[in-house]
Amino acid sequence: MKDQLMNIETEALIRIENAKNSKDLEEIRIQIFGKKGELTLLLRNMGNVSQEDRPLIGKIANEVREKIQDSLEAKKEIIHREQLEQSLKNESIDVTIPGQFIELGHRHPLMQVKEELENLFLSMGYDVVEGPEIDTVENNFDALNAPEDHPSRDMSDTFYISENILLRTQTSPVQIRIMKSQKPPIRIVSAGRTFRFDDVDDTHSPMFHQMECLVVDKGVTLANLKDSIDKFVKTLFGEDMKTRFRPHNFPFTEPSAEVDVSCLKCMGKGCSACSYTGWSMELLGCGMVHPNVLRNCGIDPEIYSGYAFGMGVDRVTMVKYGISDIRLLFDNDVRFLKQF
Amino acid sequence: MLVPINWLKEYVDIEDIEDRVLSDRLTMTGSHVDSIVSLEKKISKVVTGKIIEMSKHPHAEKLSVAKVDIGSEILQIVTGAKNIEVGDYIPVALHGAVLPDKGIIESSELRGIESQGMMCSYEELGVEDKLIPKESKGGILVFPNEVELGRDIKEVLGLNGQVLDIEITFNRPDCLSIIGIARETAATFNRKLHIPEVIIQNPSEDIHDYINEIRIDSPDLCTRYYAKVIKNVKIGPSPLWMQRKIMDAGMRPVNNIVDATNYVMIETGQPLHAFDLEKMKNRKVIIRRADEDENLMTLDKEIRKLSGDMCVIADESDAQCIGGVMGGYDSEITDNTKLIIMECANFNPKSIRMTSKKLGLRSEASSRNEKALSPQNVSYANERVCQLIEQIEAGTIVGGHIDVGVTKFEEKKATLRPYRCTELLGTHIDTEKMLDILNLLDIKSHFDGSKIVSEIPHFRPDIEQEEDLIEEVGRIYGFENIEPKPLKGVLLKGNKSNLRCFEDGIKNYLSQSEFCEIMTYSFISPKKYDLMNFAEDSHLRESVQIINPLGEDFSSMRTTLLPNMLEVISKNINYGSKSAKLYEIGNIFRSNEFPVTTLPNEISTFCAGIYGKGDFYTLKGVLENIFNKYQIKADFKVLENNPAFHPKRTAAIYVGSVLVGIIGEVHPLTCELFNIKEKVYITEINLEKLISFKSVERKYAAIPKYPSITRDAALVVKDDILVAEILEEIRITSHQLLESVNFFDVYKGAGIEEGHKSIAFSFVFRSKERTLNDEEIGHLFNKIIDHLSEKFDAVLR
Repeated sequence: MKDQLMNIETEALIRIENAKNSKDLEEIRIQIFGKKGELTLLLRNMGNVSQEDRPLIGKIANEVREKIQDSLEAKKEIIHREQLEQSLKNESIDVTIPGQFIELGHRHPLMQVKEELENLFLSMGYDVVEGPEIDTVENNFDALNAPEDHPSRDMSDTFYISENILLRTQTSPVQIRIMKSQKPPIRIVSAGRTFRFDDVDDTHSPMFHQMECLVVDKGVTLANLKDSIDKFVKTLFGEDMKTRFRPHNFPFTEPSAEVDVSCLKCMGKGCSACSYTGWSMELLGCGMVHPNVLRNCGIDPEIYSGYAFGMGVDRVTMVKYGISDIRLLFDNDVRFLKQF
Repeated sequence: MLVPINWLKEYVDIEDIEDRVLSDRLTMTGSHVDSIVSLEKKISKVVTGKIIEMSKHPHAEKLSVAKVDIGSEILQIVTGAKNIEVGDYIPVALHGAVLPDKGIIESSELRGIESQGMMCSYEELGVEDKLIPKESKGGILVFPNEVELGRDIKEVLGLNGQVLDIEITFNRPDCLSIIGIARETAATFNRKLHIPEVIIQNPSEDIHDYINEIRIDSPDLCTRYYAKVIKNVKIGPSPLWMQRKIMDAGMRPVNNIVDATNYVMIETGQPLHAFDLEKMKNRKVIIRRADEDENLMTLDKEIRKLSGDMCVIADESDAQCIGGVMGGYDSEITDNTKLIIMECANFNPKSIRMTSKKLGLRSEASSRNEKALSPQNVSYANERVCQLIEQIEAGTIVGGHIDVGVTKFEEKKATLRPYRCTELLGTHIDTEKMLDILNLLDIKSHFDGSKIVSEIPHFRPDIEQEEDLIEEVGRIYGFENIEPKPLKGVLLKGNKSNLRCFEDGIKNYLSQSEFCEIMTYSFISPKKYDLMNFAEDSHLRESVQIINPLGEDFSSMRTTLLPNMLEVISKNINYGSKSAKLYEIGNIFRSNEFPVTTLPNEISTFCAGIYGKGDFYTLKGVLENIFNKYQIKADFKVLENNPAFHPKRTAAIYVGSVLVGIIGEVHPLTCELFNIKEKVYITEINLEKLISFKSVERKYAAIPKYPSITRDAALVVKDDILVAEILEEIRITSHQLLESVNFFDVYKGAGIEEGHKSIAFSFVFRSKERTLNDEEIGHLFNKIIDHLSEKFDAVLR
């Protein structure tokens, strides 16, 4: 009996080894363990085994069964993997075919830049505020200390609605609105539409966009202004950016400066775009809030001081994306808009 | 302002400073050098010569043969030029010479006669056309005076060195002069400034012998008038050195008198005008307002129509000059002029600007006179020009002067507390240093123990108070020497307004759903309202108007975003884009009163438009998504009477009883007017109304424990029954087990009776307490359907 068991085992293991697929394995399983299987039939004869041999034969029989079963399982796993591998091979796809395109929307590039700038200042603790596009001569010129005979007040420079009402020529009137309605400390950023009497060409548009920052508090200095602008420029254009403060004149600040940044093309090395100066001209205008402006808003310049700076959002957008014609910004050609 | 560096060096000692350094440092102290123009020309082997003999070319009628002495030798040159004669000093290009546009010049034979060089014109020497004296145009450059022979032309003409093109700000008209820039240069480099001293060597007779009266009748337009007289005038070309300097500064030489006035204007910033005294009736000069409709022929032979707000210089009967803007033709200096009145005056800058704008006349003089020039400068400038005229022997200066108008001036003072300077600039500067800087700028200053007291010089009217002095100190000290320091003070958190967050939220959603953001002008043409087919009395036509628009297309502040959207759509179709989804958020402008006397309302408005892919429901779905995002419950109500929209495909959008917007297909007639042949769907929403209904708070609702049962039903109803009516009826009569009803299809066509449609709904039933069974739901569902059938005369399909 023992020999018979060993024969079954040997033969079964060979057959399992040679099995080609799961169907073969199933057949082998039935031939051995089925109702009429070889092992089943052999074990039915256990009664004929002597009392003393029975434990040993029983043990051997169990071992044989386990071995065959293990072998079946192992082979089954192998065959399963082989089959899976084969079927995966047949499922090949061309991964270079373009993916299914989900069309997303596009923000206007100028609006993207405007928001990016605003968010930058938002993170530096500035409130984002807005002012009306139509404002008073008082807010746009008088309170901002613009000389009475300043040419910018002319009808050939500014659009008027009436003698006292105009389309704002700058975002600075927002400064006046805020300083008249809030007490220092003030920290605001305001961006929006501005208007000047300019015919449309490559670089001019009767409507354009400015962004303006204002800080008023005790002990605010020009050194602080320089620091804020340095940080802003570095965040916007990268750590390598340098700034240059050139004295200038604006009616609403004293001292005033224009800020040049490293030429964006050559990063300050000097190239044809910057006439080999290394500087990109007039990114922004800035200065310490003129004491007359503070007084006009009911703020005592002996106690408080402040700085303000502003820039053209259209210009920053054009520089950033390499747009050479401002008209593209207002043309709204979807072939343009979808690039951003 | 063009500043030739060589000219600048006459007033300040900067020989040791490189041009590049000069330019950079001036820029950093506030005189922004826009560009550096080189006077250097690609010229070599061109020297001065004198024509000593001229004869006709034996074989060519139009040519002549000249013998030219160039010092070292005598050359034979064949020329076609007509403006030369024996004795003229001229430039000669030698064999192998290089000229800017001609390349290398070589000796050659012209019709059998050897030519050993070429006489040159200004043009050939590369001088800009607009600077070439009229008499030299097209001919050989004939020097106005004797020159040493054989000298390099570049030296003689000063074709070396560089010119700074400096941007002068509105507050610094004093810098529209070489002396002004020299003063800035002196302060920048801590050097001494030399201003020419003025002495008339040989004055003759007295001005009152020549002029009977000078009178200012319009003191508001002319504050001071300072006159000199020059007799025995000999009009001719000015000397080469003078011509060259004014050419380098960008002006064309005319004659000795005019050149001298221009020279002094460039030098001092003060415009002058010389005219023929003998043309002034009764030798009187009256400064007055022009009469309404008075005419005057100006130097350029144009007849100018004047008006009562302009200042003229007149004799006893007629206007002779437009004060500070342009001289008159009649009193112009001609070759025969013998007696000149030299005028140097201070005019009202605003009136000058207005006059020059009205007449379309802008000159070097008017562009200076329209700024706040110092009235104290007129005497110096006038004496200076007379000194030059005497020096170049263009005439004899008559003694004395006539000075009318404001001639006494108060001394202006300002003070500076040194600690305030530190407080504002954020850096410490020694008081001594401050004093040095101010004094270098000719602002005489001293420290009185507590503050700096400064006398403000007449040419600096821009300095009024302490901060102005601080700026002077700061800019010369150098902003670049101020160390940046971070802001102190409490940490603030930045905020955005609710409306702004709302707008941003909508934009963010639309960025995820195929929509391109557009940006259009706030002003439009009122004709666009006609294209929209708005009713004649529509309130949308009541635009706030610009009184000085750039043309009708930009004349009205928009009352709606729709026309701009349609225009953009039309343009994009034209560009060949087959389909687009566009939106804009911008302000519209409404006023309650016309003419406008108070600020109009600016209302943040959303507008979206689509064409090509998608239809009414696509656009409506977008709106509904936005409404859902902010939990706004909106109703779309049939709107049939808006002439811009399709009468059967348009809805007014309400939240509760508040009208917030409109959505619909654009009326085909409107489309036609905008040149659009496709269907366009468009919506406009008042965001300031909409925002009051938004809610962003959300509460968690428990996820249902028990399964739902869904039943679909298609009801055939008459065409005019609206889905909203059926849903509302279901809502009113709903059973608590009915969790939701969702519309999913509408169908018309085969199988459905004419004038009817089939609407399919999906009913979802669910209990919170138990699992429902089919039977009870079947019962409930039938009840609902029966009720709807009865109510709407509907048939279950």
